[in-house]
Amino acid sequence: MCSICGCGSGEVRVEGGAHHHEDHHEHRHADGTVHAHSHDGERAHVHAHGHEHGAYGLESDSGPAHAHAPGLEPSRMLRIEQDILAKNDAYAAQNRKAFEEKGIFALNLVSSPGAGKTALLVRTIRALGDRFEISVIEGDQHTSHDAERIRATGAPAVQINTGKGCHLDAHMVTHALARLDPPQDAILMIENVGNLVCPAAFDLGEAHKVVVLSVTEGEDKPLKYPDMFRRASLMLLNKIDLLPYLEFDLERCVANAHRTNPDLDIIGVSAVTGEGIPEWLTWLEQGAGSACAARHNIAALPDSGPVGPDATVERGLMG
Amino acid sequence: MHEMTLAESVLQIVEDAVRREGLLRVRAVWLEIGQLSSVEPEAMRFCFDAVARDSVAEGARLEIVTTAGAAWCNECSEPVALAELGAACPRCGGYRLRLTEGTGMRVMELEAE
Repeated sequence: MCSICGCGSGEVRVEGGAHHHEDHHEHRHADGTVHAHSHDGERAHVHAHGHEHGAYGLESDSGPAHAHAPGLEPSRMLRIEQDILAKNDAYAAQNRKAFEEKGIFALNLVSSPGAGKTALLVRTIRALGDRFEISVIEGDQHTSHDAERIRATGAPAVQINTGKGCHLDAHMVTHALARLDPPQDAILMIENVGNLVCPAAFDLGEAHKVVVLSVTEGEDKPLKYPDMFRRASLMLLNKIDLLPYLEFDLERCVANAHRTNPDLDIIGVSAVTGEGIPEWLTWLEQGAGSACAARHNIAALPDSGPVGPDATVERGLMG
Repeated sequence: MHEMTLAESVLQIVEDAVRREGLLRVRAVWLEIGQLSSVEPEAMRFCFDAVARDSVAEGARLEIVTTAGAAWCNECSEPVALAELGAACPRCGGYRLRLTEGTGMRVMELEAE
């Protein structure tokens, strides 16, 4: 069970952020931390049938006349037809609506552990922090190391610890948002648990998934983890400063990524040297601008279109 | 693994339904899992058995019906069958595919008493 409000799964803890006293139920712990939650999940739509046989079910009663055998309770078929992720999707929709209403550009950053998500975030906050409000939700099994690194830049961050959990879900993000309370028109970075498998299935309410792949991981990863790369809008190919030391086939990596997801934008970057970061910041600014304009219900000014993957890779890496 | 979270979601859906109908024990649950979904059926089976212990669904039979995957191939401009993520178009061998069917994961029915 979620230790915050008794639903969901895992031993989830949320640390950091301001206390938020809306019309939620609150739990005050002995150490003074306050957790808030509201109750609004989707409910399964249940049809109960008497002595019918469902489309999938075997015969459940004894004999064609459906007689009740003495001492045996007849079983019933209940038709459910509910998406397994319906509850998560309901929380995600709630988050997404809140983002849209506040003009918040929310991104779900995913990668394997150590690809450089946090380093890229730190670099991004330092570069953009004077032009945009950036708020961060950090996800890890344990420790607040990443949230502390973010806070050291001056940006607000809330840490979700999933315990044994392998991914963030929308419900955890709803809790974190209650504490973080990103301002209007902010960029919200949600740094997911380092894992290229599990987070793919869980919508958090984000505008886009951004997958970070580092050149030290090999060019075949987009083929090995098709679900994640297919769901991402942008791939940040990180640590390109290390290319001279590696036998990394850059062209093959780009081809592999586009084989899995023909629409994937790709930007080669280095969080250490800053290479490629301007193109990433442009992508961010365009997205944040659209989110803000949508809030104002004004038609966005015509822009030069999404950052083209081939042009960007060439510009950032070959030119 | 995430199948554990999904198994817990299945259990929650099942428990809610059973409670609402005033029933006591689940005998069987039918899931529909798409070929192109994020779920590995055997992992789901393992996880469901684990999470169902000490619940109304303990010992319940889990029936998994696999639904076929399909995609629209932008090269062929036609719908094609697709058995797994990452597979090429069976007609042209290309990868410009938009998934159209078999990505879902649903609880369809349950048998309870």
